[in-house]
Amino acid sequence: MSFLEALLEHINYLGAVAIFVIGLHTVVTHSNLIKRIMGINIMGMAIFLFFVATGNVTGGRPPIVDGSENAEPFINPLPSVLILTGIVVVVSITVYSLSLVIRIYETYGTIDQDEISRMVKEEEEAQ
Amino acid sequence: MRKSVIRKLPLLFFVLLFLLLAYNVMQMPGHASTAAPAYNDATAHYLEEAVSETGAINVIAAILADYRAFDTLGETIVLFTSIVAVASILKVTDKKTRAVDDHE
Amino acid sequence: MNDIIIKTIVRLLIPFIQLYGIFIILHGHISPGGGFAGGALIGTSLVLYTLVFGIESSKRKFSERVSEFAESGGIILYISLGLIGVFMAGSFLTNIDAGFPSGNAGSIFSGGMIPLLMIGIGVKVASTIITLFHSLIEEESA
Repeated sequence: MSFLEALLEHINYLGAVAIFVIGLHTVVTHSNLIKRIMGINIMGMAIFLFFVATGNVTGGRPPIVDGSENAEPFINPLPSVLILTGIVVVVSITVYSLSLVIRIYETYGTIDQDEISRMVKEEEEAQ
Repeated sequence: MRKSVIRKLPLLFFVLLFLLLAYNVMQMPGHASTAAPAYNDATAHYLEEAVSETGAINVIAAILADYRAFDTLGETIVLFTSIVAVASILKVTDKKTRAVDDHE
Repeated sequence: MNDIIIKTIVRLLIPFIQLYGIFIILHGHISPGGGFAGGALIGTSLVLYTLVFGIESSKRKFSERVSEFAESGGIILYISLGLIGVFMAGSFLTNIDAGFPSGNAGSIFSGGMIPLLMIGIGVKVASTIITLFHSLIEEESA
C-alpha cells in the first residue's frame, strides 16, 4: 500500500518530529527547571536527527573516499558537518543553564518554576 | 471525572501538533537517494575534489577543517565563551561574598 | 564512592579510553571521528575519574593551571596554524596552497594541516568538558 510505503520512506523525519513533540511536551508541562533543560536538549536532538536525515542516502556508505571501486553512493557529508557545530552549541547552552539553575537554587532553595514565581510575587507584594 | 479530562487537554494539543508536523514532513521528498534536493552541486564538488584539494580522504574532516575552517574556529570560540559564562556565574559571586566577609 | 570494585575497574579502564580517544583524534582525517569525538572521549574519561575518585584527587591530576593551559593552547594552535596561511598564501586558514604537505592520501601523514587542527580541537574540547564539569561539581560540594 502506498501510504505505508510513504510512511516508511519518511520514517526518519517522522521520528524526528515525534522526538521534537516529546521535548516540547516536557518543556511545557513540567515546572522542574532541570526537566525543562532536558526537554530543550531533547528538542535539539530532534532537530539534529532531522537535519542529518536530509543527508541520508539509502544503502549509501560513509563519505570516506578510499578509492575502492564501490557502486554504492556516498551519503551527503554537508549536514553532518553542520550538525557538529550545533551539538557544541547545545552543550554550551545546557551547561550555562545548569549553572543558572545552581544559582537559582542557592537563592530560592527550590528549582520548581511555580514556587519561584510565587516567591517572587510575594516578595513584590511585601515591598 | 471532568478534572481528568481537562488535564488531558495539553496532550491532545501535542497530538494535533504531531499530526500537523507529520503531515508537513510527509510532503518532503522521500526516497533518500542522490536525487534528493539536498544532494546538490556543492556536495558533488566536495565528494569529487576533496581528496585532491585537501589530501584527506575523510570528506567530513576535509569540510570541517578546510572548507569550513572558519566555522570550526567559531565553534571553539563558542566553547571558550561557555567556559567564561559559567565561570562568571559560578565563581565571581563567591569572590564578592568573600570580599564582603573581609570588610566585616 | 568507596567501592573497591569500581575503583579498580575504572583505574584499569581509563588508560584504554584515553588511548582510544587519542586514536580517534589522530585518525580524524582518514576514518570516521575527529577532534570533537576524540576530545569528548578524553574529557569523559576525566569525568569518570572525578566521579569515582572525588573532586580533590581529580584536581590534583588535572589542575586549573593545566586546564587553562590546554584551553588556551588548543585555540592558539588553531589560530597560529591559520596565521601561517595568512603569511604563506594570503588568506586565513589556507591548507595545501600555504605549503602544508599534502602527503599520501589515506596514510596518517596526509591532509596538510587537518590533523594538526584536529589535535587543537581535541585538546580544546577535552579540557572544556572537564573544566565545565569541575566548576559545576565544585559549586555543588561547596
